[in-house]
Amino acid sequence: MKLDVAHILDWMEKANDKIQQNKTYLTSLDQAIGDGDHGINMARGFQEVIGKISASDYSNVSDLLKDISMTLLSKVGGASGPLYGTAFLKMSMALKDSDSVDYPQFVHAMEEALQGIKQRGKAEKGEKTLVDVWETLLEQLKEQDDFDSVRFEETAKLAMESTKELEAKKGRAAYLRERSIGHLDPGSVSSYYIFSSLSDVVKESV
Amino acid sequence: MNVMSKVGIVLVSHSSKVVAGIKDIISQMVPNVSVALAGGTEEDSIGTSIDKIQQAVEEVYNEQGVLIFYDIGSAKMNAEIAVEISEHDNLKVVEAPILEGAFVAAVEAGMGKSIEEVVKAAENASQI
Repeated sequence: MKLDVAHILDWMEKANDKIQQNKTYLTSLDQAIGDGDHGINMARGFQEVIGKISASDYSNVSDLLKDISMTLLSKVGGASGPLYGTAFLKMSMALKDSDSVDYPQFVHAMEEALQGIKQRGKAEKGEKTLVDVWETLLEQLKEQDDFDSVRFEETAKLAMESTKELEAKKGRAAYLRERSIGHLDPGSVSSYYIFSSLSDVVKESV
Repeated sequence: MNVMSKVGIVLVSHSSKVVAGIKDIISQMVPNVSVALAGGTEEDSIGTSIDKIQQAVEEVYNEQGVLIFYDIGSAKMNAEIAVEISEHDNLKVVEAPILEGAFVAAVEAGMGKSIEEVVKAAENASQI
């Protein structure tokens, strides 16, 4: 697997499509255990990302990921803005000057992104946040030596679904304590859309 | 160093009304401190905005430094990012209740205390 600028552009297009299609669903999940703005925030942020990156030319993935990061930071709002913004910024830094990304580089970038999210949100796995999806995926990626798009998608989906039975320890839902059990974590669902889109990109490119 | 300059204060809240209200309370007792506001999103709905925080920091920045107080959720994360990407190094996000902390900080800053002294007082705000 090699990811270049065109793949990342395609990834963002697909992620934006999924987020726009599921905007109401994301919002309804967030209304149950949060402040109800996740769908609106993600839809606005990713639309802005598409606007930004489709109007620019990129010679390497790092610059592209940096623009994605900066747009998410300033346009998403909510806790997802700083968290996703930090994740893409760490990926950008991990892939400095790369014009394409091979599998080990991708795993390294994912690792840096996860560390960034955990440090920013002070969250660990099992606390019903998007860390549950990101960390589970990273564990799966490290078990292999090349990208398995089917397994990647399945792992992301299972990790997302596993947040339903957890009690939130971080994020807005943590204020609800045991009342958060039985609801999916909205950030894990949007992370699933993002990674499911990446899986589609890889699937189509091989 | 300019002896007239005092530690600046930035208030970050999900609501522009919250920060305006806190500033009103502070101004009644401490008229001579710089307090800048970063309440709500760019569209002035509920949320926080890193751009607003950066602007607020610039508004009150001086060589004595700036302290940032925050409320819930994204407020702290955005405040931390603003500090990390700023070119100034004497900015600090303070771990204290936004109203009580900023109030105590404003009183201390108004007396010309250093940023370290102001932080210490604000962190102990609930003891007063």
